[in-house]
Amino acid sequence: MAVDIYLRRRAVNVAAMVLSGLAATVGLVFLVWILWITVKNGIAAVDLRLFTKITAYADQGGLANAIVGSLVMDLIALALCAPVGILAGTFLAEYANRSKLGAVIRFLNDILLSAPSIVLGLFVYVIIVLPMSNLTHGAVSFSGLAGAIALALIGLPVIVRTTDEMLQLVPGTLREAALSLGIPQWKLTMQLLMRAAVSGIVTGVLLALARLAGETAPLLFTAFGNNFMAFHPLDKMESLPVAIYQYTNDPNPALHAIAWAGALLITLFVLLLSLSARWYLHRHKVIHD
Amino acid sequence: MTEDTVLLNPPPAVAPTVPAVAVSPQPKLAVRNLNFLYGDAQALKNISLDIPEKKVSAIIGPSGCGKSTLLRVFNRIYAIYPNLRAMGEVLLDGENILDTSYPVHKLRSKIGMVFQKPVPFPMTIFENIAWGIRHHEKLSKSEMEARVEQALRRAALWDEVKDKLKRSALGLSGGQQQRLCIARSIALKPEVLLLDEPTSALDPIATGRIEQLIEELKRDYTIVIVTHNMQQAARVSDRTAFMYLGELVEFDETEKIFTKPARQQTEDYISGRFG
Repeated sequence: MAVDIYLRRRAVNVAAMVLSGLAATVGLVFLVWILWITVKNGIAAVDLRLFTKITAYADQGGLANAIVGSLVMDLIALALCAPVGILAGTFLAEYANRSKLGAVIRFLNDILLSAPSIVLGLFVYVIIVLPMSNLTHGAVSFSGLAGAIALALIGLPVIVRTTDEMLQLVPGTLREAALSLGIPQWKLTMQLLMRAAVSGIVTGVLLALARLAGETAPLLFTAFGNNFMAFHPLDKMESLPVAIYQYTNDPNPALHAIAWAGALLITLFVLLLSLSARWYLHRHKVIHD
Repeated sequence: MTEDTVLLNPPPAVAPTVPAVAVSPQPKLAVRNLNFLYGDAQALKNISLDIPEKKVSAIIGPSGCGKSTLLRVFNRIYAIYPNLRAMGEVLLDGENILDTSYPVHKLRSKIGMVFQKPVPFPMTIFENIAWGIRHHEKLSKSEMEARVEQALRRAALWDEVKDKLKRSALGLSGGQQQRLCIARSIALKPEVLLLDEPTSALDPIATGRIEQLIEELKRDYTIVIVTHNMQQAARVSDRTAFMYLGELVEFDETEKIFTKPARQQTEDYISGRFG
């Protein structure tokens, strides 16, 4: 009887292990496959031209303007969404934690987190691009700034959520200990809790950057694209994802090759961000209990 | 000292502001008809007691009897959570600290608290102590250094950390961290120290050092310690309160509580018949 149960448990255990192992393998196979194809096709097209020439030269050109545009827009987006996101996450965790308002904001934030990115692009088109165009009589319409705002809307909910979660991981005893020294809530939050949660928050910001750097859809109606080099945020701007999108839609195989190289660049950039987030988290791990 | 009169659950007819019995000298903390609610659950029932100045008062009792709750009323730390209410009076030198007009930062600089688990802040050892002081007083760099040293010396930690003040406090051992927390509290020059099971997360040697420290600190501070360890209460305290199910059963000289308690319930608890 006892042996029966034992054998049955072993069989169930083996079955569970095989199934979950299989599932993990399927996931990994596709991940490695995607990376392999990207690297294989990308490497072939990487040369100096990619970084020095602009997309106006088409298959004789490179992606210099797209790289610059991506950097400019990603940085502006980050500058917009990181402070707002960190403060909003702090509000949720420290001031509205158990309140109804907090629950409502968390719910809305989760909706924003899963909103189709094209919708965010259209939203920015309606509230930024069109009014800008009207105000300036068409001088400024699509712009890098509008693109950055759309990207900021992608990154914002990620940062709100991670900040909220990281602050909630800080043990309550730390709050009690600080408050029982007569320290007020704002000082506790800014000088102690932020310090205790900083590694998690920085990781969240880096992950948000990785997420928004790969977005195409929000940029189509906002930054539009630009075959020439543009640094000014009020100009139309090219970006890596949009350039890849346009080149893969072109029948010219030489452009496909450049698109692969661009895909490799973005993948490496995101990989680098993820790695530095992990490295940072590892180095600054705060030991709680 | 022996003339200290004990206040035992005074009849409700007694007006709350008038102590039922004259106590001399004046108690540091006087609790009058204190009731405490967690939502609808009553955790403290009509508690009245006088905590004498510069003595160690221990609060013992089984889990859930309300001893930690009582301690957490004394510096109003309970108030950071919603739906908790304390009713009645707690007089610190005659002033009711439960009155919302009593400023909480002043209260907490006068009544310090040390918790069950050591809670070092994720900062340097020096900053752990200086951070709290800086909020209450403006000190020059040298004054601050002197003050930090003094606090660490008082907490018997100076010799162990004087060469690593700039290092993270998280690297200290559990016992050192707990003494750091005590140093952090006494650096604010409080009058009362609340210790909430301060040694329950520590090994016997670290516990011994903390108990020794309590013995030294009572010359300058009024100490209230909550402990589930009866031997500890017997070792360190001058007076002991026994609580059960939210009520104060008995509060008297520690020696009397542990040798000839007035109540049968107390006798049963300390002799291990329940709890």
